[in-house]
Amino acid sequence: MCDSCGCGDPEVIPVDVHDRILAGNDRTAAHNREHFSDRHVTAINLMGSPGAGKTAVLEATARSSAGREGAPYPRWRLGALAGDLATDNDAERLRSAGILAKSITTGSACHLDAAMVHRGLHDLPWHDVDYLFIENVGNLVCPAVYDLGQAANVVALSVTEGVDKPLKYPVMFLKADLVLITKIDLLPYLPKIRVEAIADALAHVMPRPRHMCVSATTGEGMGQWLKWLEQVRVAQPCPEVRHHP
Amino acid sequence: MHEYSIVQALLARVDAEARARGATAVHRLTVRIGELSGVEIDLLATAFVTFRDRTICAHADLDVRAVAAVWACPVCSERIERGSMLRCAACGVPARLTQGDEILLDRIEMEVP
Repeated sequence: MCDSCGCGDPEVIPVDVHDRILAGNDRTAAHNREHFSDRHVTAINLMGSPGAGKTAVLEATARSSAGREGAPYPRWRLGALAGDLATDNDAERLRSAGILAKSITTGSACHLDAAMVHRGLHDLPWHDVDYLFIENVGNLVCPAVYDLGQAANVVALSVTEGVDKPLKYPVMFLKADLVLITKIDLLPYLPKIRVEAIADALAHVMPRPRHMCVSATTGEGMGQWLKWLEQVRVAQPCPEVRHHP
Repeated sequence: MHEYSIVQALLARVDAEARARGATAVHRLTVRIGELSGVEIDLLATAFVTFRDRTICAHADLDVRAVAAVWACPVCSERIERGSMLRCAACGVPARLTQGDEILLDRIEMEVP
């Protein structure tokens, strides 16, 4: 009640909050990250436009990692949660490639959030995988806003999308730890596209620009991509040893 | 249109804060949205008007403060102009975003009995 004049009117009080609106998502993301850390699972949030080649990169990752030599793991166990508006097609392709995969059907939602990933984990026996790829919904805007609990953000950008995509969608690239320039085998057919121009655009929106050129079709560049994945895993803190009485 | 999901998170947070204080209505919300936050202010305002019905914010105004992106060198603090390479030419280190990625709820003005 207003106590300055005793009129009986309700009082309006200011309450200072100064907190992130997505604090709830951040908490769930931290919870996911803790799960991944406990099980020493390296989670990669893979984002990009529809048709950028996200699923193809993961199929190629499964093929390349199975065939390589001298790696610290004889054969990586790969898992994936595939965000999809309406179908199970991507997860089906990933399963055919030997990846333990489930869809997260988002309906009309244009992005994955940490709670969707958490629910997705309940449907996937993910504990024994080395890498869990979270293939986000194809979109260069919305997915960038949500932390999912990943160890790293990777953006797939195909050479057919033009050289100025990073300048048009700066937030997505600002959040990326690595940009995979995909479909590099198509470059001979795209006379106006130069990788140097894409790299230059990235340097204007990413303070630590990092890109790799890959082709899921020819396998070009897959070796350095696998090496980068290894580095992310090595940099991830090992789970604490639990002592059971 | 993730602005709709951001408004839903905003309304849920405000509802919790208001309930904790026994508020009967919310008059105004003040939020801060950075230029590089990935949130479109116009879409956020539209989403707010759409979703505030039948909530404690049904008659609340949304006051959105836009925050411009500012890049600076973490070593010499020199500003790095927008549209340039995000690296300090003098120190050779990556620029740091000092403001402009905020998605913040700053203040709720609520009516208490």
